[in-house]
Amino acid sequence: MNPKEKFMAVFAGVVFLLIAASVVTCVLRRRSAKDEADSKRAEVIANLDARVKAWWGMAGLLGLSFLLGPNATLLVFAFSSLLALREFLTLSETVPEDHAALCVSFFLVLPFQYFLVSIQWYGLFTIMIPVYAFLVLPVFPAIRQQTTRFLERTAKTQWGLMLTVYCISHAPALMLLTIPGYNRQNALLLFYLVFVTQVSDVLQYVWGKLIGRTPIAPGVSPHKTVEGFVGGGLSAVGVGTLLWWITPFHPLQAFGFSCLIVLMGFGGGLVLSAVKRSLGAKDWGTSIAGHGGVLDRLDSLSFSAPIFFHLVRFFFAV
Amino acid sequence: MNADLFLVWATRLLVGAHASGTPSSTAQRIYFANHTSHLDAVTLWSALPPDFRAKTCPVAALDYWGANSFRLHVSTRLFHAVLLERKVRTGSDPLAPLREKLRSGQSLILFPEGTRRPQRLPATFKSGLYHLARAFPDIDLVPAYLNNLYRLMPKGSLLPVPLTTGVQFGQPLRLLAGETKPAFLERARQSVIALASTPPS
Repeated sequence: MNPKEKFMAVFAGVVFLLIAASVVTCVLRRRSAKDEADSKRAEVIANLDARVKAWWGMAGLLGLSFLLGPNATLLVFAFSSLLALREFLTLSETVPEDHAALCVSFFLVLPFQYFLVSIQWYGLFTIMIPVYAFLVLPVFPAIRQQTTRFLERTAKTQWGLMLTVYCISHAPALMLLTIPGYNRQNALLLFYLVFVTQVSDVLQYVWGKLIGRTPIAPGVSPHKTVEGFVGGGLSAVGVGTLLWWITPFHPLQAFGFSCLIVLMGFGGGLVLSAVKRSLGAKDWGTSIAGHGGVLDRLDSLSFSAPIFFHLVRFFFAV
Repeated sequence: MNADLFLVWATRLLVGAHASGTPSSTAQRIYFANHTSHLDAVTLWSALPPDFRAKTCPVAALDYWGANSFRLHVSTRLFHAVLLERKVRTGSDPLAPLREKLRSGQSLILFPEGTRRPQRLPATFKSGLYHLARAFPDIDLVPAYLNNLYRLMPKGSLLPVPLTTGVQFGQPLRLLAGETKPAFLERARQSVIALASTPPS
């Protein structure tokens, strides 16, 4: 298959999956309408319905950005980072003296990070936030001499930038890699990362709802179960392995990378749930109906993207 | 009207302004809220249902918003604000323009603290709210809490940080028979404080 045919196949596959999900939801809703007594079940189905509808929107947006080219894709990710950073910092209590650092984070650091991706300056892209922003940002509140919870406030701003801007920007950064024998197909690799990450989340949710019994960490994330993680994770690894033909990997390598994506994604979901709880919230926001906030959807990607990017770069790129 | 829609759209995009507990009828009201930033009035105004907005004017300080022609244009033309003289001189009636608006059937957005304060909870209220409540006993006074705006654009800053904000409306209150001015103002302040959701620990 040439790249164009691969894109068409992938596109058709995603549309098919979404139609299947919509049909299943519709059938479930009809069935539960007959059985009015079970309100908890109806609630789960209403949430499922909202989630599937939101998936149409998110897949449509990403698909459209792929059609429009790398810069459009980059803009979609930059905007997602902006929304996620906003959610993160809204929940992290800051004081008026932090205003300069927050302005710099939103209006300089975030656009500059994505600008570095667009001009393909790898060297600065990997250190701009962890080194430069890390050292410069705390200087602003320090000049203002506001020392109450200084370390806590600074750390929250830095965590926000690392997770929502630095980590997430590694997903579209896949497009700047030069992989021998994989010309003009990097968007497929980005699709692969996003797809396996999200499918892993979805399948863990589905398996958990069907046969989930044993919670993994009920104090952090009550819906994550051993059965959901094992069943969903293994199915997602299966899906990722079967999709080897859209990547530069052999099937066995695709299997390894899928395992990596699933494990990192699981870690991301868990860690960000813990962060969310320590900030006193249940969802990061309300912007995606049924899902919560943007960061509720990007939590696993923020952990899988950087590691995936670096390993692909290390072993496959020139 | 298009300028209004643009303003609402821009506000929603920039600061969210998620409304909850919004009153449902278009009856005339005085909305009063905590005051922490320049964006407060437009945020509260944007959180109102569309058919309320045309009938609601924010109250702004004459000494600031009337200080030059640019500010005057922004406040009175763009935001349809009614300007209030903050420094009370003997013999003058600073509330006269507000009474006139209320008599013509308009609703008002009032910040009874009188000035912006960079803090989560409102400070003591000035007496204007009491005088209006006494002069217009049939108009509902609706408390509103503006969440997070004190972090968006603290006093002296030029750029707002695009954090998400919320507007929480409360149950209407009125002046009780025989209620003293300090008691009423404190009750009004507590009704705003009660709407402040518990902050993250």
